[in-house]
Amino acid sequence: MTNERRSASEIAAERLTDGEWHRLHPATPLLKGGIMFIAVLGIVISNLRERLIDVFFGVPQDNRDPLDQLYTRGLVGWAVLVVLVVVLVCIGAFYLSWRMHSFRIGNEAVEVRSGVVFRTHRKARLDRIQGINVVRPVIARIFGAAKLEVSVAGNDANVQLSYLASGLAEGVRRDILRRASGVRAAEATASGAGEASIGERSGDGQRASMHSPGLINQRVSEFLAPELAPDVASPESVVKIPAGRLIGSIVLSGFTLFLLVAGAALIVGAASGRLWLLFAFLPGLLGSASIYVNRLAKSLRYSIAGTPDGVRVGFGLLSTSNETLPPGRIHAVEVLQPLLWRPFGWWQIRINTAGHSKQKGAAGQPNTTMLPVGTVEDAARVLALVLPNFGTGAHRTLIEAGMMSPGRDGFTGAPLRAAWLRPLSWQRTGYSIVDGVMLLRSGMIRRRLVIVPLARLQSLEVDQGPIERMLRLASAALHTVDGPVRPWLRVIDRDQAMVLFGTVATEAVASAHRDTSHRWNSAREAIARENGSEENAAPADSTPANSAPEGEEQP
Amino acid sequence: MPDPLDLPGEEWKRVSPKYVVVVIVGSLVSGVVMSAIATAIWLVVGLSWAWIALVAIVVVTIIQLIIAPRRARSIGYRMRDDDLLFRRGIMFQRFVSVPYGRMQLIDINRGPVGRILGLADLKFVTAAASTGVSIPGLPEADAGALRDRLVELAESRRAGL
Repeated sequence: MTNERRSASEIAAERLTDGEWHRLHPATPLLKGGIMFIAVLGIVISNLRERLIDVFFGVPQDNRDPLDQLYTRGLVGWAVLVVLVVVLVCIGAFYLSWRMHSFRIGNEAVEVRSGVVFRTHRKARLDRIQGINVVRPVIARIFGAAKLEVSVAGNDANVQLSYLASGLAEGVRRDILRRASGVRAAEATASGAGEASIGERSGDGQRASMHSPGLINQRVSEFLAPELAPDVASPESVVKIPAGRLIGSIVLSGFTLFLLVAGAALIVGAASGRLWLLFAFLPGLLGSASIYVNRLAKSLRYSIAGTPDGVRVGFGLLSTSNETLPPGRIHAVEVLQPLLWRPFGWWQIRINTAGHSKQKGAAGQPNTTMLPVGTVEDAARVLALVLPNFGTGAHRTLIEAGMMSPGRDGFTGAPLRAAWLRPLSWQRTGYSIVDGVMLLRSGMIRRRLVIVPLARLQSLEVDQGPIERMLRLASAALHTVDGPVRPWLRVIDRDQAMVLFGTVATEAVASAHRDTSHRWNSAREAIARENGSEENAAPADSTPANSAPEGEEQP
Repeated sequence: MPDPLDLPGEEWKRVSPKYVVVVIVGSLVSGVVMSAIATAIWLVVGLSWAWIALVAIVVVTIIQLIIAPRRARSIGYRMRDDDLLFRRGIMFQRFVSVPYGRMQLIDINRGPVGRILGLADLKFVTAAASTGVSIPGLPEADAGALRDRLVELAESRRAGL
């Protein structure tokens, strides 16, 4: 039964990705601004009632209802006609904009055509996709619609399919990613039947809703369904954030410190007789409490999961959003720990990607924050998802050393004279290059480990200023696409810097040459076929356990 | 003082000797404009401390003029098998390596002074904003040839993003 339903929605999703032009969800114009328009109109009318009387009838002193005025002057017919025409024009415009808005998903690209007077036509190549985001704002969820946002590299370079039927959005994303991954559709449908079936409870609810009387049932069950459907990812790959830790991490921030200091200053000021301070700043201080609530509400139900087509990050209580980043789209990863989090052993993970979804991430942070807060184990699991070729035991110990070691270990560190420039963190400053991945460690108070897959490296720089020259030091920077992560080493021995320059330059070229993640599944097939040819030996060897089973259950 | 950084290997390709003129004209123009502003503040607005700024500007400009030839000579590039090396700076040295396959586009710019001297600037743009590889002072024909060569190399080593 459940299989029947699955295949029905799968077939529907496949119909949308058959390479022909399709239209979006019929409620699209309403969701995109129609409701806003109606609300604005209502507010305008209710606020300007007096003014309207004034303008049209010139009887400002008389506070009678405009409808009465219409009646007494015998203009009811005209008024009804005007309203009718306005409504019809609006409906016509909405219908036209919906008619003219269509999309096509082919084997090479995703295209969207829209606009009535000014036509736009946007086309994104599948192998350039950096991530696909499925967003469901509250109102869209009520209508059972979802927005699909395909991000490609560049400023404002996203292709939006807004809105699609909610149940189809996931299927459409899966199909797009499957095509982008280089697997042919025929193979996928053959293996699709072997997938795990959906949970019984939600399955029944969904099934009942297939019949027309259950429309409300369907909405309700969609609303109550977990943000991360159980069949999307294997449970052991899922990382979640408990609400308690989330609250703790939000409270233990620099902003709280600022508030405490400001509050203390206020109290001291008020106590010493400047009471006006209290009146001036207390409301603002109290109002900032809403920032906490807002942040919390936006990052509830946060989950990170490994799916066959990349890492899926989902969150949201009322408005939900979940983004899938295909393999090889992450240019740099940073694991960091502010001082206040250290007693609790919490870490944050941020990433650099070339494409950015317009949608803000959890807690209003930019969506480059992969893991807002997590324990060491959580961080290790997320890193294994983000860097699938870097997950063996040896790699993990190296990462833990990078996160927590006080310094002077397996990493190539800075010499003692670096303490002149970095009195606290010189011991931790260091780097290590393993299997085409570079780890840069720094920060004593705010611990920081940056991991850069050299296959994604854009360029490399070594600098030396006059003070560094006197101390025989230098600094190195890796250039990746823009983002919050800045991979650089502030102090390093100058000879070591030149060695690093040579090694990284050759290694980056070699890794980029080996890298095939823009067609990640065809690459896996190729590796399986060649099985140990010298070119592919390194990536194939470094993923003994992780990627092999994934490859088999690939839809 | 310890030796400055250098990379072993073949000789660096230097920019045209005429590029010194561009640097000198640039420093002169900015020096004259700044001094004019400082003089105006001193004499017209009547702030007496502005003469200190004027002296500082003149000194900085003279130092810039003296080191201009060395600054121009410090710029160099080297084309290796798989990447382009770029260096510049005397006091603050900067070495950059860009793999050819990372090229997104190449810009050729000509400023007014450079155009009179027949020079052009070549800029190598990657997906990273911080790459900042800009080779100034190439003879126009060389800049065009270098651009075509770099595009050709990038084509043959095309990599994803």
